[in-house]
Amino acid sequence: MSLADGTRPRHLPDRLSGRGARVLKSWELLLFGIAVLIFLANTQASQYFLDPWNLSDATFNFTEKAMIGFAMALLIISGEIDLSVAGIIALASTAMGWALQFGVGTPGLVAIGLAVGLLCGAFNGALVTRLGLPSIVVTIGTMSLFRGISYIVLGDQAFNGYPESFAWLGRGYVFWVISFELTLFAVFALIYGVVLHKTNFGRHIYTIGNNPTAARFSGIRVERVKMILFLLTGLMSGIAAICLTARLGSTRPSIAYAWELEVVTMVVLGGVSILGGSGSILGVVIAALVMGMVTFGLGLLNVPGIVMSIFIGALLIGVIAIPRLVAKLRRS
Amino acid sequence: MTLTRRLAIGLGLAASLMGTTAVAQDKMRIALVAKSLGNGFFEAAARGAEEAAEELGGTEIIYTGPTSTTAEGQIEVINSLIAQRVDAIAVSANDPDALVPALQKAMQRGITVISWDSGVAPEGREMHLAPSSDALIGQTIIKLAADHLPDGGKVAVLSATSTSTNQNTWIAEMEKVMGEYPDIEVVATVYGDDLADKSYREAQGLMQSYPDLDAIIAPTSVGIVAAAQAVQDEGKVGEVNVTGLGLPSEMAGAIESGASKSFAIWNPVDLGYTTAMIAHALATDEAAAEPGAEIDTGRMGSVTLDETNSAAMSEPFTYDESNIDEFKSIF
Repeated sequence: MSLADGTRPRHLPDRLSGRGARVLKSWELLLFGIAVLIFLANTQASQYFLDPWNLSDATFNFTEKAMIGFAMALLIISGEIDLSVAGIIALASTAMGWALQFGVGTPGLVAIGLAVGLLCGAFNGALVTRLGLPSIVVTIGTMSLFRGISYIVLGDQAFNGYPESFAWLGRGYVFWVISFELTLFAVFALIYGVVLHKTNFGRHIYTIGNNPTAARFSGIRVERVKMILFLLTGLMSGIAAICLTARLGSTRPSIAYAWELEVVTMVVLGGVSILGGSGSILGVVIAALVMGMVTFGLGLLNVPGIVMSIFIGALLIGVIAIPRLVAKLRRS
Repeated sequence: MTLTRRLAIGLGLAASLMGTTAVAQDKMRIALVAKSLGNGFFEAAARGAEEAAEELGGTEIIYTGPTSTTAEGQIEVINSLIAQRVDAIAVSANDPDALVPALQKAMQRGITVISWDSGVAPEGREMHLAPSSDALIGQTIIKLAADHLPDGGKVAVLSATSTSTNQNTWIAEMEKVMGEYPDIEVVATVYGDDLADKSYREAQGLMQSYPDLDAIIAPTSVGIVAAAQAVQDEGKVGEVNVTGLGLPSEMAGAIESGASKSFAIWNPVDLGYTTAMIAHALATDEAAAEPGAEIDTGRMGSVTLDETNSAAMSEPFTYDESNIDEFKSIF
């Protein structure tokens, strides 16, 4: 089928039970299969893997990144991206450390962390939606800007001496081996899953990502939706900053260095199209588990970190390439 | 504490005890954690630790570390070492504070924890082994520059990152003794972030900003090589002397070309060796980590702990054209 001017129409899925949904489902199934394989391989490779406490410790590898990943998934589906998330963590953590010097307690620190996250998100969102600048350029800029402010405030110093009640947010356990961070991760997975897949707002995000012009003509307030997504990403970065700062018990300007790439990797590995328009929260959850297990499993074997990066890179390319290859083979 | 929680902990303990017996290792496993992998200094230290392990017998060295020099990366590594129930962890820390919770968890689970090279806050380790004392290093790096500037001159410092604990302490110690060198002026301190390309650009920048610069002091093994290369490329050999702390294998070319007249370093092989010796002694309870304790360190003699449970291994050693050939193949 082709249009009058010879171009092919863009496929715009309007409900999840279409062909798009089948692809989505198979993607998550593939990823889930990989997760199971990695889990089995890990249990075979190391006798220390299947230990509830060890597995619990390992969840800290991905919980904070995945929380940002949920909001980032929505943003990428809408056709935008935020590369400043690690910079926001640095700035939010610095603001909390600074406030700590004036005796601000745990509730105040949490409020400051959330507020700084939201402000940074608002700044990114305003530049993108009001001035119409491309988000990749804006957030590469704010990535350095936010972290740069931390470096100016802190230099080679560190803020520490966070209260016990604050430290619990990063190190505490809700029940047995279930940490507070892991609980947050699960709660946010649920919230973002419902928002993206069960609400009109979620449908708007897909529509914008698939065709912003059509979305505008359908009466969707594109700028407003994008602004909300930047605010959410900022907020989640603020929450990650609270958890990470509490876990480390100190703030240095190099905190969460290069996390933006790990977050984007997790989202893309989860099946979210980097071009926007498709993806699911379930995929991101499985991708987070896969990355966490790979990092921990290879760590148990004392495999050097660089090999882990190669493995994750290969996994990313493999998972993305396989469905395309299959589709190509089917067509020919 | 509720009954269910008590039960849960009891069960957890029982499970972990059973686990320990089931997987009990005959070998003592000492983990040597680097700031990051792929750094010649830490590779050399790992060889020293292997040497100690051979001498001790029945000891296995696990040499590991993160890809980039971040505290988060080291925490992941430490968590996986705790999970493997190693006998001792010896870490060169990327952040003295952030590693404390993870290392305290290791100590609670019966693992001997010491820091070496770059220290951890006292509550996060049993003892710290410094390669040398900060004061001696600070005095050495300025003396190296001053020795070749009898009439005084201008020097600049090319450091690692602005947050590097080591480099900042050494530069502070250097500044304390600047009174002894009235004719020498430190014109600038720049940061190459321990990245070869950035250090190179910073060194070039120094030579452009200060055309009459006489020496660059780089107290980092990455920075000193980059600075020597920059001096060579700018054709300033003989005008600008590059000195500081470096590895003989990486600096041999610079000594040969004359871009660097001399530099200093403690021996990382000795440092790794001493670290492994101390970790072994503490893990087997042959020695206790307490102020005033003297710990035997094999061919390196012994170290004595000060009131903060820190000890210094030895003074830095100066390398120049007379001994570079002998050491360049070692590390």
